[in-house]
Amino acid sequence: MSWSGRLVRVNPVKRAYLTLESWFNVSFGTEWNPLYHLGTLSFFLFWVILVSGIYLFIPFHGSLTGAYQSVEYMTHEQWYIGGVMRSMHRYASDAVVVTVLLHMFKEFASGRYRGFRWFSWVTGVPTLWLIITLGITGYWLVWDELAQYVAIGSAKLMDALPLISNAMTRNFVAGEMTDRFFILIEFLHLLGQPLILLFMLWIHVKRLSGVEIYPPRGLAMGTFFALLALSLAKPAVSHGPADLAVMPHTLNIDWFYLNVYPLLDSWTAEKTWMLTTGVTFLLMIMPWLPPAKSAPKAVVDLNNCNGCGLCFDDCPFDAITVQNRTDGARYEHEVVVDPSLCGSCGICAGSCPASNPFRSAKTTLKTGIDMPQFSVDEMRARTIQTIDSMNQSPKILIFGCEHGLDTEQFSDPGTRSITLICSGMLPPTLVEYALKKGADGVFVSGCRHNDCFFRFGNRWTRKRFSGERNPILRARADRQRILIQGAAEPDRGEIQESLEQFRAKLERLDRMRKDGAVESDKKAVDEIHAQ
Amino acid sequence: MKFTPSKPTRYFLQAINYSVFMALVWYFSAAPSIRILADDQAMITIAFAHAGEVREPCRRLTQEELAELALNMRQTEECPRQRSPVVIKATLDNKIIYDVSLDPPGLFEDGGVDVYYSGRIPAGKHMFAIKMNDSVREPEFNHRFKREIEVEPGQIVLVRFDLENGFTTQ
Repeated sequence: MSWSGRLVRVNPVKRAYLTLESWFNVSFGTEWNPLYHLGTLSFFLFWVILVSGIYLFIPFHGSLTGAYQSVEYMTHEQWYIGGVMRSMHRYASDAVVVTVLLHMFKEFASGRYRGFRWFSWVTGVPTLWLIITLGITGYWLVWDELAQYVAIGSAKLMDALPLISNAMTRNFVAGEMTDRFFILIEFLHLLGQPLILLFMLWIHVKRLSGVEIYPPRGLAMGTFFALLALSLAKPAVSHGPADLAVMPHTLNIDWFYLNVYPLLDSWTAEKTWMLTTGVTFLLMIMPWLPPAKSAPKAVVDLNNCNGCGLCFDDCPFDAITVQNRTDGARYEHEVVVDPSLCGSCGICAGSCPASNPFRSAKTTLKTGIDMPQFSVDEMRARTIQTIDSMNQSPKILIFGCEHGLDTEQFSDPGTRSITLICSGMLPPTLVEYALKKGADGVFVSGCRHNDCFFRFGNRWTRKRFSGERNPILRARADRQRILIQGAAEPDRGEIQESLEQFRAKLERLDRMRKDGAVESDKKAVDEIHAQ
Repeated sequence: MKFTPSKPTRYFLQAINYSVFMALVWYFSAAPSIRILADDQAMITIAFAHAGEVREPCRRLTQEELAELALNMRQTEECPRQRSPVVIKATLDNKIIYDVSLDPPGLFEDGGVDVYYSGRIPAGKHMFAIKMNDSVREPEFNHRFKREIEVEPGQIVLVRFDLENGFTTQ
């Protein structure tokens, strides 16, 4: 257990999800693992939908009499492009429901929907509904038997709303639907709903910094070719043309979008609304079931802040802003933390150049931005204390994190662990400091690569250690004695093995040092890049 | 121990993953199918808009009543706006399938009502009857319709009403 108790205990749902992640890590690697890119993958699928939709719009005839024929023409006469585009449009739309639902499930299973993250969760729920309604209007446009079924079902749902009379359903079944209404639906599907969706997505990521919308190229290509292969192997087809005098006996419905409609056959529209609004309401209030305990937020100490802005660059939640100096100090800028946006991750403390443990050796170490619940000074004190508590060589100090693998389970006379809030809060100089103060090796863990609970913590740590991002790990730190490896609970065996190998390597290094030999540092740096 | 497959093996495993994902997408995009009607079923739908008669006829104002009004408000007739509810009863083979009383909508209860009913019926020959009362001043149903209908499986029999033609089926 960490100093504050582990915030996230691994529940069976999360464990199952992490096991699935492990499988994808084997087949895709951590860089292409689709479960680490569900948001960007959804964006990519939107691109596929948009491009194929623009093509479909060209030959599409937006009228009750012409719509079906034009879709049939694309599907059968022009199957090699129109048919493929239609199928890509359909299957990408279906796939996006899967990726969005998985995205939601992942955030839920990982506990990344509560506390300061409520905003992203709450704005995500209506975004999902908007995607569903966008798909529903898409099905209308084919104007086949399924479209007729969907249109009448939608009309029943609309009519059940207060202040709306039964006119819509009556219009449909009495054959009073006009081309003008059809064009309205077409306008909604082609312009109105996509624009609202774009706006909702912008709102959804509003509280994040460094938002990525493109998945890795390999994952995007794989997804694209998989969709293309499916479109060629199983092209999307229509039902028979809509005929309001005939009801089809069976329908092949798209369960990703139209799952509510069969309910209308046995339930009333009012009951169906109650179910859907009830589920929506439940999803919306989930971040407060029960309310998350609010951790202390980052605090700026202007006496030690020179306004360099590294914390601003590294904050994953856009909680830090740089502004003109207010205290009359000789620096131009200072940083300010917005507590309502702060995720209490401590990545800012790790990025602050003043978080250097070699400073103020005899007094309290004060830094520019710090976490009240686990200050950099306390980190330094714990580091010395933990190294001193080990009585077997080689001494390995592990820096773990609260949301990755519990590294304290590896404690033995030669191994001790300090659990950080996030691996990103570790100042690189503290690793150098630990090696100087008697640790033979430092093992930095944290969440799995590309799956940081606080988005960028482990990524920034790697970049700082490999010299790609400030504050860098200085050249004088012996890279051969440093190992970085992210892990989650199912990776226990893997980490155990890495620790044993690391220990053997440290023993070898000690023997070589006694013999006066020195291995090349370059190899160790390459290892850090490769991990 | 961590299993790190070779590049070709990784691509092969990826292909399997993509195939599973696409199979899932393909299957649920059109299956399992739903049964709307049994093979021997059809549907009957009653759908029309209709405004009930006004509850009270126009009335001539007395000279005393007119005298109480401002000069510019002196209309000789007063016509209440409130309409009658529309009462409908439909039977199929003498069994009631639709029995409803629809109140006129609107703040002054002066709007028309939208009538909508849809239900499954066995295909074949049926005796269909529908009657409607749209005036509180009429003690009985003042619109009636009765006809034998023959319905094909899957057919939707649409029952409509307008003042000119009365009830019709199509």
